[in-house]
Amino acid sequence: MSDTRDTLPAGYRGESGLEMVRAEKIVKRFGDLTVLNGVDLSVKRGQVVVIIGPSGSGKTTMLRCINHLEKIDDGRIYIEGELMGYRIVNGKPVEDREANIARIRAQIGFVFQRFNLFPHMTALENIIEAPIHVLHESKDVVVERAHSLLAKVGLAEKANAFPHRLSGGQQQRVAIARALAMNPKLMLFDEATSALDPELVGEVLKVMRQLAEEGMTMVVVTHEMGFARDVADHVIFMDKAVIVEQGTPEQVFDHCENERTRNFLGMIK
Amino acid sequence: MFRWDLVWQYLTLQDPNSVFLNALWTTVWISVLAQAIGVILGLFLALMRMSRYPFLNWPARAYIWFFRGSPLLVQVLLLYDGLPRVLSSLLLPAWACVVVAFSLNEGAYMSEIVRAGITSVDPGQMEAAKSLGMRFSLGMRRIILPQAARVIIPPLGNEFNNMLKTTSIASVIGLIELTGAAETYGSQDFVIFELLIVATVYYLLLTTIWGFIQAWIENRLDPNRKLKTDINQKTLAARMLGFGSPRTGGVGTITGGR
Repeated sequence: MSDTRDTLPAGYRGESGLEMVRAEKIVKRFGDLTVLNGVDLSVKRGQVVVIIGPSGSGKTTMLRCINHLEKIDDGRIYIEGELMGYRIVNGKPVEDREANIARIRAQIGFVFQRFNLFPHMTALENIIEAPIHVLHESKDVVVERAHSLLAKVGLAEKANAFPHRLSGGQQQRVAIARALAMNPKLMLFDEATSALDPELVGEVLKVMRQLAEEGMTMVVVTHEMGFARDVADHVIFMDKAVIVEQGTPEQVFDHCENERTRNFLGMIK
Repeated sequence: MFRWDLVWQYLTLQDPNSVFLNALWTTVWISVLAQAIGVILGLFLALMRMSRYPFLNWPARAYIWFFRGSPLLVQVLLLYDGLPRVLSSLLLPAWACVVVAFSLNEGAYMSEIVRAGITSVDPGQMEAAKSLGMRFSLGMRRIILPQAARVIIPPLGNEFNNMLKTTSIASVIGLIELTGAAETYGSQDFVIFELLIVATVYYLLLTTIWGFIQAWIENRLDPNRKLKTDINQKTLAARMLGFGSPRTGGVGTITGGR
């Protein structure tokens, strides 16, 4: 019985080194419903990839497959060359050990639509929790980093506030700081502003924009077309479990070739 | 002739041999021990019950079915009368039979309470924990269980209230807790009734004191603590009878009495 950690051969390396995310022919079903029907994805280091599409298109599911919050029914996902969620036993993928999955997840930051802050902890405690208990870093070092991250997202004075005392936009910024505290190499945003009141959306997008400018590799699922147009290096339009069209923001927004893309963008305007 | 003098003597713990003092202590330590073991057992059973692996799930279900489906007294007697027949080398004294049976029984009830508490926590919490690289056990320990505790503790308080009273069952196999003391020592001079009155007063004392402790704990756990003033505004009688919001010891409970 052979048990190998499946890593990609050198031919898969992109120009700037290994692709951060490589997803091949991902298939995902929920019962009878096929939510992902052979989706390929490639994200290079430092790239900002934005995924747009109607609800039910599979874009959120695709994102959740990247850090294995969802299992996949077929296909492979590689995070910087390392197979995610599975190991190959006798040529077949088998669910990987929890320790391996957790280790890779720790290198990926995930920002949820509903924030998912830990309500029994302050903003600061939310941020320091994982670096201390997962990375086993020393508390002093982590606390200092947490304070600077809070300052970075504009919430330095809210360190000791509990989540229920913060506005939605503030909570989401704490959530972003919490993800960043783990020094991830990749950040995933699952409709990070969809649950926010309109006037709070801007402050979160500002943080995301800043991250992109600093060179963070990001995969963003969003309905914010302005953000997509301004910040994305690559835009993917998904509908009904497949990628319909993709390209630069100019290509997709201004010169789209597909009828369905045009319909969707028309509805958004 | 009613022996009020005896009632008073035993009530004020002036009896020879300190019968009721020892009995009171027995009632308390058996309750605390059985409840504590029951909680820990209940936690493991709840996790087994929620597991997707049948080899964990089915034994947990069978266990819960058996211990919730048969009377506690019968479980105690099975252990006390049956164990010597099956394992003649292992003779558990009465108190041990009681603690074991009570713990196993309580574990079954606690598992449902714990399970309700865990499932009451937003699934997004564990997802957030996992996406930060936490393993299931770490997420449970640091994130889920602390939040589940808020939902678990009120019914747990009610379980302990029941436990204090249910110890009276142990009198059947001769254990000298409060009820056993009343029956055993009362039968000597035909004053069972008087001593049962004493025992009743002590039970009421225990459960009332626990009621106050329980309310204090629930008050501490309430995140809206500073806004809630109705605890202080309720009369003593109302608090004793447990009126209030379901969180602070209301009449309705998840499991009810046995």
